[in-house]
Amino acid sequence: MNMKYSYYPGCTLKTKAQDLEKFALDSAKTLGVALQEQKEWQCCGAVYPLATDEIATKLSSVRSLAEAYQKGEKLVTLCAACHHVIKRVNEDMKHKEDIRKKVNNYLQLPNDYEGECEVIHYLEMLRDEIGFESLAQKVKKPLKNRKIGAYYGCLLLRPSKVMKFDDPENPSIIEDFIKALGATPIIYPYRTECCGGYLAIDQKDVVEKMTQNIFESASKYGVEEIVTACPLCKYNLEISGFGDENNISISYFTELLAEALGVK
Amino acid sequence: MTRVKVIPENKKNIIDKIIEMSGENIRDCMQCGKCSAGCPASDGMDLLPHQVIRLLQLGQIDRIVESKSIWNCASCFTCAQRCPRNIDIANIMEAIRLTIIRCVGNSRLKADDVPSKVDCKMPQQAIVSGFRKYNK
Repeated sequence: MNMKYSYYPGCTLKTKAQDLEKFALDSAKTLGVALQEQKEWQCCGAVYPLATDEIATKLSSVRSLAEAYQKGEKLVTLCAACHHVIKRVNEDMKHKEDIRKKVNNYLQLPNDYEGECEVIHYLEMLRDEIGFESLAQKVKKPLKNRKIGAYYGCLLLRPSKVMKFDDPENPSIIEDFIKALGATPIIYPYRTECCGGYLAIDQKDVVEKMTQNIFESASKYGVEEIVTACPLCKYNLEISGFGDENNISISYFTELLAEALGVK
Repeated sequence: MTRVKVIPENKKNIIDKIIEMSGENIRDCMQCGKCSAGCPASDGMDLLPHQVIRLLQLGQIDRIVESKSIWNCASCFTCAQRCPRNIDIANIMEAIRLTIIRCVGNSRLKADDVPSKVDCKMPQQAIVSGFRKYNK
């Protein structure tokens, strides 16, 4: 297998979430996947600009999308927030004429960009390009007897008509991933609930209540470890302290992958 | 019988602006409450999401602007995902916030405040998000 992709890391993966990236890149190498980091990627802005009149905040995503398209490659993301922003901006470029026109007028690329690039999250790459069955065959150290709960959060799943990641109410991609690594996935009700996200900066009390609900749910169903794809989810879950109280550890899904592939 | 205008003329502009910025049709809302039932941040809200929409329909923007609900919303899109009338309430919440913070001096998060709000583990993602959401 020799697969080649453009890769968009994002700001947090170069600083506070280096583990998310390191384990992903090491695992990709083992899986025969070449992830070529884009040369001049810019911060995606972390939140998708929801107002219809915001254009400038979408430009950085388009630059990355257009560059990957120029190279004829799919664009792989790793951070849930980056994926959300870039995927939704791409959808705007495909379907919103007003935005497409203004962005192209501003960027003056060699060719107008119209949402042609396909952007996929690393998990989608594992599921749809490599396949969980092939992944399972490459596992060197199966994570036997580990009870792992997927924490999806919001950004990969919703709005599902744009993200098209999985069933927004009852997803299975991370559970299937956990199963492929030889561990036992635990389904608990709050796995798709919001952790509070950026409220961490201003309203820690609201975040505390939201993360408490998630841990109570996970604990009740016997989860011993939580995995996530989002640095901010991981931070909110960790800082709450409920993980320590309930003996539930929190890690990135890529750490699990690297461990099972024997490259941790 | 005199006809009562639901939206007072002096509020019409701001409500039109909110509708335009959100790209949503608030008249589609039938007040089923599904958004409020599923909102994970509703615990401390003084106005529930469906009540915000109702007040908008009635032109009572002042009560919304004063409420803390719009700041409790974390844009998680659960409401939008479940709305049977396909209204993206997160877009409306954002448009309301923007009508406030886009006024000069009204940024909710200022650069000077950041050092007191971050700790050494907080990811850049949180700070960038905060600025995008609260500072114009």
